[in-house]
Amino acid sequence: MSRVHEREHPMEDLKNILAEHPFFSGLNEEYFALIVGCASNMRIDAGKIIHREGEEANHFYLIRSGKVTLQMMTPNKGPLIIETLTEGDILGWSWLVPPYTWHFDAKALDLTRMIALDGKCLRTKCENDHHLGYELLKRFADIMMKRLESTRLQLMDIYGDRP
Amino acid sequence: MVGIHLKTLIFERSELDHLVETLKRRDYKVIGPLLRGGAIVYDEITNTSSLPIGWTDERSNGKYRLKNRDDAVVFDWTVGPQSWKRFLFPPIQKIFATHKRPKGIDLPNTKKQPVQETVPAKYAFLGVRPCDLHAIAVQDKVFLGGPYRDPVYERKRSGNFIIAVNCRQAGGTCFCASMGTGPKATSGFDIALTEVLEGKRHYFIVEVGTELGGEVLKSLKCLKATDENLAALKEICEKTTQQMGRSLDTTNLKSILYQNSEHPRWESTASRCLTCANCTMVCPTCFCATIEDVTDLSGKQAERMRKWDSCFTLDFSYIHGGSVRASTKARYRQWVTHKLASWVDQFGTLGCVGCGRCITWCPVGIDITEEVRTIRENQS
Amino acid sequence: MATDPELLSLKVDYKWNPMLPWPFQIRRVKHETEDTFTIELQPLGALEEFAYQPGQFNMLYVYGVGEIPISISGDPANPRVLVHTTRAVGTVTKAMDKMKRGDILGIRGPYGTPWPIDQANGSDVVFVAGGIGLAPLRPALYEVVAHRELYGKVVLLYGTRTPLDVLFRQELENWRARFDLEIYVTVDRAMTGWRGNVGVVTNLIPRAPFDPRNTMAFVCGPEIMMRFTAMELHKRGVDNEHIFVSMERNMKCAIGLCGHCQFGSVFVCKDGPVFRYSEIKEMLVKWEI
Repeated sequence: MSRVHEREHPMEDLKNILAEHPFFSGLNEEYFALIVGCASNMRIDAGKIIHREGEEANHFYLIRSGKVTLQMMTPNKGPLIIETLTEGDILGWSWLVPPYTWHFDAKALDLTRMIALDGKCLRTKCENDHHLGYELLKRFADIMMKRLESTRLQLMDIYGDRP
Repeated sequence: MVGIHLKTLIFERSELDHLVETLKRRDYKVIGPLLRGGAIVYDEITNTSSLPIGWTDERSNGKYRLKNRDDAVVFDWTVGPQSWKRFLFPPIQKIFATHKRPKGIDLPNTKKQPVQETVPAKYAFLGVRPCDLHAIAVQDKVFLGGPYRDPVYERKRSGNFIIAVNCRQAGGTCFCASMGTGPKATSGFDIALTEVLEGKRHYFIVEVGTELGGEVLKSLKCLKATDENLAALKEICEKTTQQMGRSLDTTNLKSILYQNSEHPRWESTASRCLTCANCTMVCPTCFCATIEDVTDLSGKQAERMRKWDSCFTLDFSYIHGGSVRASTKARYRQWVTHKLASWVDQFGTLGCVGCGRCITWCPVGIDITEEVRTIRENQS
Repeated sequence: MATDPELLSLKVDYKWNPMLPWPFQIRRVKHETEDTFTIELQPLGALEEFAYQPGQFNMLYVYGVGEIPISISGDPANPRVLVHTTRAVGTVTKAMDKMKRGDILGIRGPYGTPWPIDQANGSDVVFVAGGIGLAPLRPALYEVVAHRELYGKVVLLYGTRTPLDVLFRQELENWRARFDLEIYVTVDRAMTGWRGNVGVVTNLIPRAPFDPRNTMAFVCGPEIMMRFTAMELHKRGVDNEHIFVSMERNMKCAIGLCGHCQFGSVFVCKDGPVFRYSEIKEMLVKWEI
């Protein structure tokens, strides 16, 4: 594993970073504290893999800086880049849905700093507290909708010969 | 035209020949009605013997028939498949010709060579119905009223001498009274005739619309119209108004059509419409055209032709990848909405003059007045 | 209805008959990508300069083949050279693609409404281009860059199909090197080796550096892309009145007389191609208008 969990940031800093992110806006204090408890800082060097297709998906990430590519291996054309994610984007929702395995490779294109959130821990908490589960699902549904919309536009191949 | 007092005279039927002669003497190319291929069409005439004397027409949805009358009335028909636009905006028009040289090509601008026919055509139109008179005015706005004037139309339209003829009877598909365009000509002519046949007496009541009209009439034996003549004129026009085969309520029509762009009626009419484009070809205001660039077999000479086009063709709205209006529904909706709604936004007037040609020459008898009525009465 | 006598007075100026093309000679043909090329032309005969405004288009005539509308992609500050960039997809553009230096083309124009750059004085300017849509925006970019001090932040968001389809590569690099321009390029798909963004151009809007409350946006690309871009700009807080799009419809005459380019009640050739988004927003979502 090439990822390095950084310990230099005290918990207070992490809390501030998360609080400012739109993804968590409107979340109540109790749940927010719980999320902060599941968070840790990460630094990934350029060119390193964050996770690979088929691996167990136990985290999601909030990208603070850098650039991550979601890619898929093709047997004859090499890796195909599906999407790039940058500062402010959320990476990964496979931790939320069984069988909890990654569907794409994620690779740091540049030096990337992220906050990793422990999905395994959050899953259990969501099962026990459906209000928390709903709060998180709403937020992921929004991301999924946007990704689906972009994917549809990409699929239309609007710049192609026969759109 | 504007500011000129309408003077009313009369002349006998025999003077009609003198009118044609006078116009010819004045170098006009006289275009008038004549019988051809079972229809009354417009073409160059040399005297009045070729006029459709004693003929009348019967019009209904998808039907046009000529019938012989027992008298010698000259203008007792309404409108045929053609309109005057074929002279002012010809169905096929050469825009320019160019040649290939060993090095490059000769484009018209290089030598500042003007388009063909630099001289105005100097047409005299004999027998323009009030609806068609309005149609000419509508096309004047289209071709001459915008930021760019159409030089072809401008040339053909300049110096026209227009002899309008008021309608003695309305056709089965006529609705000029609804559109405010007839059955009596009120402006836009040099002279307007109303034909009267009283027992053995056959004469024309003549309204003078322009100074030129008055001048031309000086060569003819005219009398001042009497009160009886004026009463006859009034009576004829009132009778014709009562005879209108169709009607169309234009109140608030623009917003009704804009608001009902998804009305189910468009779809059901589309299932009958053959997209044959007949309505657009016979319409006296339709102005759409396409451009064809062609070369001769040697490739040494190329020409650009402008041809009438129709919004009913699939090609009409083609942009790379496909047509914008692919469905019949969209094309029919475009045509009607253009005529009766967007035309107003574009040119400040309706694009329909109520001549009824689109109803008569629709092979499946689609009736624009019925379509509009259905949508108006069942708004979505 | 009577016709205004003024309309009927003969006014044809044959020298400037809008239906006749003017001869231009090709100075250079440059292949930008696999299917796009740029031609540089200069007027022949009495015409020495060809003035136009960013966003306007010309009708280009290839001898005996046909005539098509193409936006001008050059620098309006240099009216001695006329520049067009297009894709070789139809009969005329394919014939044009085969033409060489010295060949003659017929040009009519310039036609249509320009990008209202003057309205952007003092505000941030966001250009959003999709595919070949970058070409009609380039003259506006040139003008904004030439008078950089008049504007706030200047941002270009450019989306295209693959890295190989990126137009004006060198120019984009030069602009990217400047500290006063923000250039973002994204592609729909890429293989590894591409270090830029992958994803649709609308994804770039939420985080692009501009102040939505004080921004003029100029958008050009496929109609679908323009619709989604305008929605995303609006979501970010840009007023629909401050978003401009460039429309495409069939055009034969370019002077509002042939009827082909009607889009609702407007003629794209003379009322457009550049429209205020708020004015055509409703029509854009109507089917087959």
